[in-house]
Amino acid sequence: MEFKTTLFYIFSAVTVLAALRVITARNPVHAALFLVLAFFNVSGLWLLLQAEFLALALIMVYVGAVMVLFLFVVMMLDINIERVRQGFWKNLPLGGLVGLLMVGEMAVVLSGRYFGLANLPPQNLPANYSNTKALARVLFTDYAYPFEVASVILLVGIVVAVMLTLRQRKVTKAMHPADQVAVKSKDRMRLVKMAPEVDLPSVEAKQGEQA
Amino acid sequence: MMEATVLPMVEGWLGSLWPTIKPVWPLIWTLLKIVVIIVPLLLSIAYMTFAERKVLAWMHVRIGPNRVGPWGLLQPIADGLKLIFKEVLFPTAADKKLFILGPIMAFAPALAIWAVIPFSSGLVLADIDAGVLYLLAMGSVGVYGIIIAGWASNSKYPFFGAMRASAQMISYEVSMGLALITVLMVSSSLNLSEIVNAQGKGMFAGMGAGFLSWNWLSLLPMFGVYLISGVAETNRAPFDVVEGESEIVAGHMVEYSGMAFALFFLAEYANMILMSAMTSIFFLGGWLSPVGFLPDGFFWMAMKMSSILFFFLWIRATFPRYRYDQLMRLGWKVFVPLTLVWILVVGVWMMSPLTIWK
Repeated sequence: MEFKTTLFYIFSAVTVLAALRVITARNPVHAALFLVLAFFNVSGLWLLLQAEFLALALIMVYVGAVMVLFLFVVMMLDINIERVRQGFWKNLPLGGLVGLLMVGEMAVVLSGRYFGLANLPPQNLPANYSNTKALARVLFTDYAYPFEVASVILLVGIVVAVMLTLRQRKVTKAMHPADQVAVKSKDRMRLVKMAPEVDLPSVEAKQGEQA
Repeated sequence: MMEATVLPMVEGWLGSLWPTIKPVWPLIWTLLKIVVIIVPLLLSIAYMTFAERKVLAWMHVRIGPNRVGPWGLLQPIADGLKLIFKEVLFPTAADKKLFILGPIMAFAPALAIWAVIPFSSGLVLADIDAGVLYLLAMGSVGVYGIIIAGWASNSKYPFFGAMRASAQMISYEVSMGLALITVLMVSSSLNLSEIVNAQGKGMFAGMGAGFLSWNWLSLLPMFGVYLISGVAETNRAPFDVVEGESEIVAGHMVEYSGMAFALFFLAEYANMILMSAMTSIFFLGGWLSPVGFLPDGFFWMAMKMSSILFFFLWIRATFPRYRYDQLMRLGWKVFVPLTLVWILVVGVWMMSPLTIWK
């Protein structure tokens, strides 16, 4: 057996086990961490397929950002596991149906030999082939317009997410860092230079009083 | 290059054993290369702690550690021994498996990244085309150590530390990544060695003043953004709110003791050294010599890394800790817009007739 094949079986076995633990782990934090493990192994599989850009982007985006925020939220929730598990048997038929449907679809996709996918040209790429460059070339030339549209949609999503959570309460005593940073010492304190206001009584006036 | 000289020696030395060794030879050779990188790295980490204490002491007009060994030089070894012999305590309510996983997840990515760092021309463990992507991917995994440790400790301060860490490190990864995009644009490669070599070309390099053609000058604002984001990304003062001792004692490390505690420190210093290596590769010309009449080599890389590490210590002794909301403001409202605008500026510059990158 080739070394790559061994690696493939290791990665896929760990992926499947980790994915199973995602839905069976009792603790949601453990489930999220198992999902991270699954992502890592999928990225390993993609590396075996010479898709290094996708593999590293998966780790960077999903493991490095999405799952961190996920954990961030899951850790702060106090999830009552008993209540989550309550409707298990009631929802099982519907869930099973959806699962079966997905398995069927995956089978159609993966059984490529029946549907002629095996006739695709073999992927014999040279060692210095950079699929980052290839991907970029396609994205920014042939598909530049859909790519820009997708990014604008994402931007709209960001703006909407900010708008939905942006509310200003009147009573809040929150600090405004921008104002605080912009403060100059001149605004806070004024140094005034002035002559002493009280004149010393003159010598003649004093003598006049005594007299 | 090295393998060609070592291989005949090993073959002659092993004699009849060679045929049995041959199938696993690439593995042995790679492991040897890893050891050659990791051992000096661990030594530098140990002496980085010593350097930090000494430099801080001198900046405070103190003496610093001077009892263990000549000039205190054995201090890091004494500290290490002490930590190894201490018991690792587990809090009763802690999630034990994750409690152990935390320090491992903090330290492992900090070491794994070194695989793609080139130390000199051709002197790199894995010269891969997607080197920068690998750096960013592995760098973003480092935050898990802190989050897992903070949550698994099942205690308040570590949890605060974990929350702060995840918010801070993700925020500054954004500005770091955006600053790196300008570097990628001008060097048109994701390979770290090629990024360094691209800095050795240009008008100033032709005149023998190579240090003026490095990226720090042509991408000056991005150099600053990258350096400051690097300090924030490694959770060093003045951005060390993750473990700010005046607010949350030591953040995610509160419940740890012994070597588990030490692993977090090892990770922090490994990340510092890594950040200095990355800054010197991306902006300071890596192993390139600053002037034309001196040869390139690892010496220059080491000098650049040391200067940046000194900078890390220097700002720690100089600045007070940032307040958390101001830290987030700096990342999101100052650095991210600045880098976005600068990407546009560099793009226009590259396309204009005034371009210096051809």
